[in-house]
Amino acid sequence: MLQWLISTYENWQPVSGYLVHIVAITVPLFVCVAYLTYVERKIIGYMQVRMGPTRVGWKGLLQPWADMFKLLFKEIIIPSGANKILFLLAPILALAPALAAWAVIPLNATTVLADLNAGLLYVLAVTSIGVYGVIIAGWSSNSKYALLGAMRSSAQIVAYEIAMGFALVGVLIAAKSMNLGDIIVSQAGQHGFLDWFWLPLLPLFIIYFISGVAETNRAPFDVAEGESEIVAGFHVEYSGMAFAVFFLAEYANMILISALAAIMFLGGWLSPVQGWVSATWLATPYIGWILDDGFHWLLIKIAFFLFWYLWFRATFPRYRYDQIMRLGWKVFIPITIVWIVVVSAMVLAQVGPWWDRPS
Amino acid sequence: MGIEPILFYSFATVLLVSASAVITVRNPVRAALFLVLTFFASAALWLLLEAEFLAVALVLVYVGAVMVLFLFVVMMLDINLARLREGFIKFLPVGLLIAVVMVAVLVLVVGPEQFGLAKFAEPARHNADYSNSRELGLILYTVYVYPFEIAAVILLVAIVAAIALTLRHRPTTKYQNSTEQIAVQRNQRLRIVEMPSEERK
Repeated sequence: MLQWLISTYENWQPVSGYLVHIVAITVPLFVCVAYLTYVERKIIGYMQVRMGPTRVGWKGLLQPWADMFKLLFKEIIIPSGANKILFLLAPILALAPALAAWAVIPLNATTVLADLNAGLLYVLAVTSIGVYGVIIAGWSSNSKYALLGAMRSSAQIVAYEIAMGFALVGVLIAAKSMNLGDIIVSQAGQHGFLDWFWLPLLPLFIIYFISGVAETNRAPFDVAEGESEIVAGFHVEYSGMAFAVFFLAEYANMILISALAAIMFLGGWLSPVQGWVSATWLATPYIGWILDDGFHWLLIKIAFFLFWYLWFRATFPRYRYDQIMRLGWKVFIPITIVWIVVVSAMVLAQVGPWWDRPS
Repeated sequence: MGIEPILFYSFATVLLVSASAVITVRNPVRAALFLVLTFFASAALWLLLEAEFLAVALVLVYVGAVMVLFLFVVMMLDINLARLREGFIKFLPVGLLIAVVMVAVLVLVVGPEQFGLAKFAEPARHNADYSNSRELGLILYTVYVYPFEIAAVILLVAIVAAIALTLRHRPTTKYQNSTEQIAVQRNQRLRIVEMPSEERK
């Protein structure tokens, strides 16, 4: 009996270790999501010559907590005739993939929860599940507005996933690996940020990020919300915390897309001045730590992409639905296919500085 | 007890329960969602077999794409369950006969004598640096390159055929041509008229 208990404990010990790691990744992520809503309101406020939230806490810094507690204490109303189980499952299905994909995101040269060989495929598969949250929410609400909103946004998500997948094919041809850590390492070199894949894969980079904006249903592709056309899309029947979870999912997805774009095209945790600063500089305390590769560069790159998200929202008017479809199917997919051929040719010709090193 | 048996049995239970729910629940949307769960559980079982490429491809292709389109169709259709049940008793003998034949054939082909722990050696464990996708790619593009390419061509023909079947030119319908709309120039829509400002009276 004791032997069995000990062996069980030894078998399960790694699981508890993983649980600690998972909490260590998700809790900061949730804090980031909370403050992303604050930053969004502030930045868009300044872009529109307003102040943004100022009342709760110093400069409104406690605003996300106020919002959260408000939503927590609100009643969750389940519409009559709704499919109760699916209705409550849908927000979780929307949020879970956005969190699960973080398992393979390398935070720096050594830190990653799961070092998968097929990391890129895993990310693609996990993010493709997120559409179920939208579909199930729309269907289970027993409301025609929710169903119409779900149809619109899931058709959009499915369409842009193809362009996104093709962009990732370009990345995996360029990096010759599907492991996200190896993808970052293959962007290392002596030419600073010119070694990263954004330059040879520029069309794929742009298409990936625009498709990412469309995937997350953010402006200018936010026909799912479309507050001026349809009430609020698939989550019109949701209130309180169930609605808040959809909101969390949207922002967590934004951070995820930004992180993936940073990893695949901007070298993840690599320093933009790699190879340009001498070893003596790197050995200097503080300055060297900042100039060297590390987690802070990944954070800066993620923040860069998130700023673009907010900038888009403050700048562009919403796309018309048929033009969204035209852009996804008739513009992005042909460009990505052509550029995959170009990338393959460049890899075969060993164009420098990206592919002239022996691998 | 290790983690792997627990993972196996829990996912296998989910797989069996949801697979039987696919054909027993009445609501077609819920049946489709149970099918999604079935695919997911089998992907998890494949992961336990170290077949990570197949597992991820199953989730990516079937869960992420095929079943979404399936759900689209099922949600849009107004399926009348009462009409589907008409003649259930009338066709029951034929259905039962076919079911018995199917079960008999299945038992003959994949019956217990073909399966069992003694029949198959335990799959060899691989090191952490073993890449299932790499091995699969190597074998697909060398040994099975012709079947693989033929399958790809057949799929391409199917895509072209599917598009050709739905592509209808109807001159009576009015639609917006996005390309023309985007390519429009200022002078096609707007005429700037110069006129002198009027004198204040």
